[in-house]
Amino acid sequence: MGIFIIIALISLCIAGGFLLAFLWSVKDGQYDDIYSPPNRILFDNDQSKPSSSSSETNQLSS
Amino acid sequence: MLIKSNSIVQNCFHCGDECSNTSIVEDEHYFCCEGCKMVYGILNKTGLCNYYLLSNNPGVTQKIQIRKDKFSFLDDNSIVEKLINFTDGKQTNCMLYLPQMHCNSCLWLLENIHRINNGIIACRVNFQNKEAFVTFDNNKTSYRSVVETFTSVGYEPHISLHSFNGNASNKHDKKSLYKLGIAGFCFANIMMMSLPEYFSISTGFTALTFRYVTLLLSLPVLFYCATDFFVLAWQGLKKGYLNIDAPIALAIAITFCRSLFEIFFKNGNGYLDSMSGIVFLMLLGRMLQQRTYRSISFDRDFTSFFPIAINVKRNTGFTPIAISEIKKDDTILVYDNEIIPADAILLKGKASIDYSFVSGESLPVQKQIGEIVYAGGKQLGEKIELLVVKDVAQSYLTSLWNKDVFKHKKTQHPYIDIISKYFTLALFILCFAAASFWLVKGEYTLMWNTITTVLIVACPCALLLAATFTNGNAVRILTRNKFYIRHPNVIEDLAKINHIVFDKTGTLTHNKKINVQWNGRLLNDTEINEVATLLAQSNHPLSKVVLSHLNINITNAINHFKNHIGFGIEGWINEKHILIGSAAFVKTESVAINNTSKLFVKIDNEIVGVFEIVNVYRTGLNNILFKLKRKFALSVISGDNDAEKNNLQNMLGFSNKVFFNMKPDEKLDFIKKLQNEKNYNVLMIGDGLNDAGALKQSNVGIAVTEGNNNFSPASDAILDASVFSKLPNFLSFTQSTKTIVYSSFVVSVLYNIIGLFFALQGTLSPMIAAILMPASSISIILLTYGMSSIMAKKYKL
Repeated sequence: MGIFIIIALISLCIAGGFLLAFLWSVKDGQYDDIYSPPNRILFDNDQSKPSSSSSETNQLSS
Repeated sequence: MLIKSNSIVQNCFHCGDECSNTSIVEDEHYFCCEGCKMVYGILNKTGLCNYYLLSNNPGVTQKIQIRKDKFSFLDDNSIVEKLINFTDGKQTNCMLYLPQMHCNSCLWLLENIHRINNGIIACRVNFQNKEAFVTFDNNKTSYRSVVETFTSVGYEPHISLHSFNGNASNKHDKKSLYKLGIAGFCFANIMMMSLPEYFSISTGFTALTFRYVTLLLSLPVLFYCATDFFVLAWQGLKKGYLNIDAPIALAIAITFCRSLFEIFFKNGNGYLDSMSGIVFLMLLGRMLQQRTYRSISFDRDFTSFFPIAINVKRNTGFTPIAISEIKKDDTILVYDNEIIPADAILLKGKASIDYSFVSGESLPVQKQIGEIVYAGGKQLGEKIELLVVKDVAQSYLTSLWNKDVFKHKKTQHPYIDIISKYFTLALFILCFAAASFWLVKGEYTLMWNTITTVLIVACPCALLLAATFTNGNAVRILTRNKFYIRHPNVIEDLAKINHIVFDKTGTLTHNKKINVQWNGRLLNDTEINEVATLLAQSNHPLSKVVLSHLNINITNAINHFKNHIGFGIEGWINEKHILIGSAAFVKTESVAINNTSKLFVKIDNEIVGVFEIVNVYRTGLNNILFKLKRKFALSVISGDNDAEKNNLQNMLGFSNKVFFNMKPDEKLDFIKKLQNEKNYNVLMIGDGLNDAGALKQSNVGIAVTEGNNNFSPASDAILDASVFSKLPNFLSFTQSTKTIVYSSFVVSVLYNIIGLFFALQGTLSPMIAAILMPASSISIILLTYGMSSIMAKKYKL
C-alpha cells in the first residue's frame, strides 16, 4: 500500500505546482485586463507610413 | 412640415452618425462634422488609418468642439504633479482615464499614439478600466500636449484629481482570487485524500498519512481563506446583529474542532473535506457577487462634475487656477460649455445658462449683467466674466451635499439576513433539544456527536449560496442589458419596490432633443424667412431653438427692431410688422395659459400661429407607463414648468400625481414623505444633480444616462437611456429573483432535513456528510443559475 502514498504525494506536488502558477499569474496582473491582450495579439505590425516621422500634429481641433 | 428632408442619408465615416448634409468630404469619405474630418486627417497623415479597418465607424462624434486652451491649466506644475504617477525629470509616467474607449480600434489607435506625438514613448491600455498608462519624454513633450494629442484624435481624457482609486479595488480583487485558488486546491486534494477512507480500503500507516496530509491542507483554508467569514461575523456580533456569516463561521469552526478530535482521539477522518468545500463554494459565490464594474462609477459627487481648474483674474490677466483655490470676490472666466463652479454675479458677456442638470429646466435661462448665476449651470455661447460671491463649498448646489442623507450610507437588511436569524435560532433550539434527549438517556458520546454534526449539517451555506448566486447572476444578466447595478443587494431592494417616482427632464424626455411644433395656418416660404429674420435678432433661448429648427438662410433686412425683455420681439420686415413673443405680448385671446414654452407669431395684426416647444418623450413611454401603472404607484416630480402637465397626467392615469417646479430639496422631502407617511418602498429614477438628493433618499435610486461616459449623480444603479423601454421587464425580473431564492431555500431545507435525520440520531458518517454537503451546494448553484436564466428569457433580457 506504500505506493499509494508516493503516488498521492507526487500528484499533490504537481497540483501544488499548478497552484503556484495560478498565484503567480494573478500577482503578475494577468487577470487585470482580459480584453486587451487577446486582441492586441491580433493586430498586424505592418507600419505603413505615408508621410512618416515629421508628425507634429499637436494642435487641438477648434 | 417645416423641415426639409434629405433624401440621401450618409453615415459619418468616423463616428457613424447620420450626416445632416453631404458637404464635408475627404478622400471620398463623408463626415458629419468638421471635428470628425479633422481626426480622420490626423490619422491619415500619420498612417493610422488601420483604425477604420478594425471596426466600422469606430470614432466618437466630434460635434462638440473642444476649446483651444481648455487644457492650459495643465501648464501649471502644481496641478500636473497631482495627476502624474512618477517622474525622474526625463521621463514621466501617468495614467489617463479615457471613457470613450470602446472597441478594438480604440485599443489599437491608443497603443500606436506615439506615431502622432513622438514625445510619447509608450502607451499601454487597460481596456476594462478604460485607462491608458502613458510614458512620455519630458524634453520632447509635456503633460498638456500629451493630453491634447489624445484629445485631437477624439479621446479626451477625463481629468479629475480624485479619480484614481482603482488600485484599492484591484488589490482586493487579487486577494479574493488568491483565496479562491488556494481554497480550490485544498478542497480538491482533501477530497482525493479522503477517498480511501470513504470506501474503507486503506488501513494503518497509509490511512494515517493521508489523514495528516488532509489536516495540513485544511490549515490554509481555515486560517487564510475563511478569515473573511470570521471577521464579518465578529463585526456583526459587535453591533449586536446576527448576520449570515455568524452561523457559517460557527459551522466552520465546529467542523474543524470536531475533525481534530476525531483525527487525534477517535481514529476517524473528520469532516475536513466538507469544511473546505463550504469555504470554496462560498468564496466562489462571493467572488461572483462582488465582481465590480470598475469602469462605471456610482459614487460621483459634484466635484467630479466640476472642472478641475478655471481661469481667474490676477494682476497680470487670467490664469488657470485649481477650483479649490477659488475665493470669494475672485473674477473668473467661463467659456462656452463650461460649468460654473461657484455662485457668482455676472459681470460681462451674454449669459445663457443651461440648468437642466441642476434644476431640470429644459431650456437655458438668460441672465442680465448684475444677476446672480448658480453653481452647476453650464454656460452656452460666448465666454462670460463672473464675480464669485460664495466659496465653492458653500454654493447652493454643493450645500445640497451637506444634507444628512449624504452622510449616512443606507443600512442593508436583505431578507436573507432576516431568514438566517430565525434559521440560526431554530437550529440552536433543535440542537439543544436533541442534546438534552441524549443526555436524559445517558448517552454522552452520542450527545456530543449530535451537537457537532447537527451544526455541521445544517450550516446555512446553501441558503447563502442561493442568494449570492441568484443575485450575482441577475446582476450579470442586467449588465448585459446595460442596466448596471452597484451591489447585488440592490436586486433585493428592487424586488420590494411599490412606488416609482420619475424625474421628467432627461428621464422621461430625451436629454438634448427638443421638438418644435407649429400650430397655425400654413406659412409660405417668404413668411417663414421673415419670421426667421426677426428670430435671428434675439438671443433668447426659445428663439434660438425655433431658429435652428427652421434651419434657413436669412435673406431679409430688418427695420425698427425692438426687444421687449421678458415679453417678446418686434420689427418691420418687407413692410410687414411682425411680433413674436408670449401670449400677453401679442394680445391673443386664445388659450390664456401662462406657458413659457410657446412663441406666438403675429404678422400685420393677424395671429398666424404659435411655435410650441415640446419635450420629446422617450420612445414607447406611453406603453412603459401603461405597464408600470398596473403594478406600481407612480409619480412624476419635475423641476421644469408645468407645460407638460396634461400630457403627463394622461399618460400616468389620474390616480397618479404629477408635480412641477420642484426644487432639489423638495424632491428629497417628497420621497421622504412617501416613505414615512405612506410606508412606500420608493424607486427614484432621475438623471440630474437636482435628483441627487432624491436618489439617495429613495430605497433604490436609478440614474438614467445617455452613454455611461457621461456624468451621473450618485446612485444605486445606472440605466443606459437606450434601454429605458425595458424598465418594466427589469423590475419584473428582479421580482422573480425573490421567488428563485425562496424556492432554492426550500430545496436546501429538504437537504438539511435529510442530513438532520442522520445527525440527530448521532450516526452521521463522514461519508454521508461528504456527499450531502457538496451535493446540496452544487444543486442549489445549478438551480439558481438555471432558473434566473430562464426568467431572463421570459422577460426578454
